[in-house]
Amino acid sequence: MNVRMTVNGKDYSHEVEPRLLLIHYLREQLALTGPHVGCETSLCGACTIELNGRAVKSCAMFAVQADGAKITTIEGLASDGQLHGMQEAFWNEHALQCGFCTPGMIMTSKQILERNPHPTEEEIREGLSGNICRCTGYQHIVNAVKAAAVAAGK
Amino acid sequence: MATTITKVETLVGKRIRRREDPRLITGTATYVEDIQMPGMHYAAVVRSPHAAAKIRSINTQAASEAPGVVAVFTGKDTEKVGPVPCGASLPGLRVPHHHILATQRVYFVGHPVAVVVARDRYLAQDAADLVEVDYDILPAVTEPERALAQGAPAVHPEWPDNTAFNYHQDGGDVDKAFAEAEVVVKQRIISQRLIPTAMETRGVVAEWRAADRQLNIYTSTQIPHLVRTLVAGMLALEENRVRVITPEVGGGFGSKLNVYAEEALMGFVAQQINKPVKWIESRRENFLCTIHGRGHVDYYELAAKRDGAILGIKLKIIQDLGAYHQLLTPAIPTLSVLMMPGIYNTPNVRADIVGVFTNCVPTDAYRGAGRPEATHGIERMVDILADELNLDPAEIRLKNFVPQEKFPYQTATGLTYDSGDYAAPLKKALDIVGYHKLRQEQADLRKQGKWLGVGISTYGEICAIGPSPATPAGGWESATVKIEPSGKVTVMTGACPHGQGEETTFAQIVADELGVSIDDVLVIRGDTAIVQYGIGTFGSRGTAIGGTALYFALQDLKAKIRKFAALFLDSEDVTFSGGEVISNASGKSKSLRELAAASYRAMKLPPNTEPGLVATRFWEPPNFTFPFGAHIVVTEIDGQTGEVKIRRYVAVDDCGNIINPLIVDGQVHGGIAQGLGQALWEQAVYDENGQLLTGELMDYAVPKAHRMPWIESDHTTTPSPVNPLGVKGVGEAGTIGCSPAVVNSVVDALSPLGVRHIDMPLTPEKVWNVMAGRRS
Repeated sequence: MNVRMTVNGKDYSHEVEPRLLLIHYLREQLALTGPHVGCETSLCGACTIELNGRAVKSCAMFAVQADGAKITTIEGLASDGQLHGMQEAFWNEHALQCGFCTPGMIMTSKQILERNPHPTEEEIREGLSGNICRCTGYQHIVNAVKAAAVAAGK
Repeated sequence: MATTITKVETLVGKRIRRREDPRLITGTATYVEDIQMPGMHYAAVVRSPHAAAKIRSINTQAASEAPGVVAVFTGKDTEKVGPVPCGASLPGLRVPHHHILATQRVYFVGHPVAVVVARDRYLAQDAADLVEVDYDILPAVTEPERALAQGAPAVHPEWPDNTAFNYHQDGGDVDKAFAEAEVVVKQRIISQRLIPTAMETRGVVAEWRAADRQLNIYTSTQIPHLVRTLVAGMLALEENRVRVITPEVGGGFGSKLNVYAEEALMGFVAQQINKPVKWIESRRENFLCTIHGRGHVDYYELAAKRDGAILGIKLKIIQDLGAYHQLLTPAIPTLSVLMMPGIYNTPNVRADIVGVFTNCVPTDAYRGAGRPEATHGIERMVDILADELNLDPAEIRLKNFVPQEKFPYQTATGLTYDSGDYAAPLKKALDIVGYHKLRQEQADLRKQGKWLGVGISTYGEICAIGPSPATPAGGWESATVKIEPSGKVTVMTGACPHGQGEETTFAQIVADELGVSIDDVLVIRGDTAIVQYGIGTFGSRGTAIGGTALYFALQDLKAKIRKFAALFLDSEDVTFSGGEVISNASGKSKSLRELAAASYRAMKLPPNTEPGLVATRFWEPPNFTFPFGAHIVVTEIDGQTGEVKIRRYVAVDDCGNIINPLIVDGQVHGGIAQGLGQALWEQAVYDENGQLLTGELMDYAVPKAHRMPWIESDHTTTPSPVNPLGVKGVGEAGTIGCSPAVVNSVVDALSPLGVRHIDMPLTPEKVWNVMAGRRS
């Protein structure tokens, strides 16, 4: 089947098998390395991307379901050599160690602030609850989201 | 040119954001799965669905004929490949022959039986489902104490008692201690099987360059050089023709401190098909086939005086080994024995270990590796003793700590604790948490029928593993420092950091020693063709040993630079600062870049000095290091549901000198999260047939953000005398200190019900049942 989508501002069109997962389309057809496969069952969130403005887990969708979609992955966040505020906050707050969950974490964290620019710590933690990090204990990730919220408010 | 010497700010000790992060936060880092090669094929491994069975036959015909399939291999094809290695040796140890693919029998669910290779991953998986294996199913045993019982199914038919080894260690005079005891407390304590669950599963890409007889293996490991040596042996290849590259590693926690069947298997496949091959472990496979951790049933006895002075400890460990030995499987419980006295001044110990085969995936090193089990045990026992004697758990600890004047302290288990001030973190933590007020509040709440608990754990641990005589494959670490002709500094470390941040902390050390900008320093790791032989990252050794090797290499390099300074300035007595080498006598200076260029240009050389600025050191540590700390956890138990809520978590850790406090905080938080996972939620559960019931993230409850408490982290600083940096290590401290503090807190909350012990994990169901049983 043919799919067309806009990924990180570029238009793509490919013939794909109906069963091809969106994460495999992004990683293998488009050679993106940001979204990661951590569990194949939508539980860990390492594959989180933005699809038509919503954070979604790309391992739980077929590529054909994303036909016509506008997608942003972690690779599309920085612009003109400037990191996105959430990337900068993750860096400043040491919100990552091995980095494997990080692209998904950043995409989810960005969505948390888009929905609620001034979240409480509890709201941040709830918002992150679909993404698993095994390294950080989440505290520095929570700090990063708080810091990004403050920076965005300035 | 004369310059004024200005004091330049040092970087060691500063909260510097990490230099490895830009690639990670932009999604441009390369993990194994990101590697693509022309002509690359994909492998899918066919695994046993049974925990114990004989293989009657394997029919691969349908799989071989499936679309896109280029090859199918079974145990018959790989029989000549050497066994998966066990690096541990114990007297009388029984070592089952661990083929990379099963030959006659399978011993656990997930045991690899065949491998299917196809041109894409979907086709490989399709074809794997077509491999028909005819099994003769046998009874299985998954619980170690059951495996020791008469008539239990034999995991390996040649050893019907399921016993891999017995180990005994005595220190002091235990019998006398117990004879003189005024009180003896006993408890059976379980440290349950855990699943390490690194977010990146394992993965291997193997590429065979036939004309060069060169095998390149990309693998997600903590120990690239050891993988090279051992896989070369398994495949009967010359070691220098195997190159192991460890790209970004998405978490290890001990689970990648190993050599796995698939690493050799992919090398074998690449040689057979003469094309690159990729295998990426699924999460399901990761749960079934990557090592598990812990798996202890411990029987403790503590002998004491009525004033709380501990006289002696007896410990019997039943260690669930699983079906095979992986790299260090049998060695892990011996670390528990070393650590069994904790930080208490206890001269008399007796330990026995029974290593037991079960029809489960092998256990091996998981964050803390033996020390969390020992710490959980002794810290629970000290609380049980305090309860028996009606003493305050803080007071009984203060009474029994190894006193400061006794360092270096010889333990009854044969260790020499390097330095310590054990009361300091406890007092600090008690102060931070407001201990005495909490006890008052607890008394008030009890009158209202509410359950508040305060739990203390004062842990010690063994880090910087370790001196070579104490490790199976050498316990040193290596570092090379090169000052390039342009003055830029390149470090190659044999430690293979994978999230611990040594690209930053090592650069901080270099920047301070050479007086250069941190931006001029590059740290390279994880490629056996580039980096000199090294051991790897595990056992909280990266900075304490790898950093020390780097420190000594820098001293060698500075000595050489001083010779060039004498030639081009006027003195060997120089200061390294601001990228300049400055004569302390005259104030004259030359840039490090100029001296580096001169050393390579070699128009003029100092006497008896070779060109170039490169130094390599292999540093053998004279001892382990012994960090310590105190964690205090305040819990509230919901009497209706049994749910444990953590109100406060105070962690005061002493890891010696700190190079980067930001990174240390991260290590403490992450360690505590894994300790909390064990204490409250995580457990690998096999049913009686050997099926893993917690085989997905849906069923195996790793901590998530909304379940984690805020961690109040603080430190005391007792430098280690073992290395010149004064560092001890911090990677495992949080995990080791955490679980007993949580369980002690919950047991403390429920002590009015007469509860003295609950085994982990403290799920609401378990806590509710304990409470219901006591109330009725």
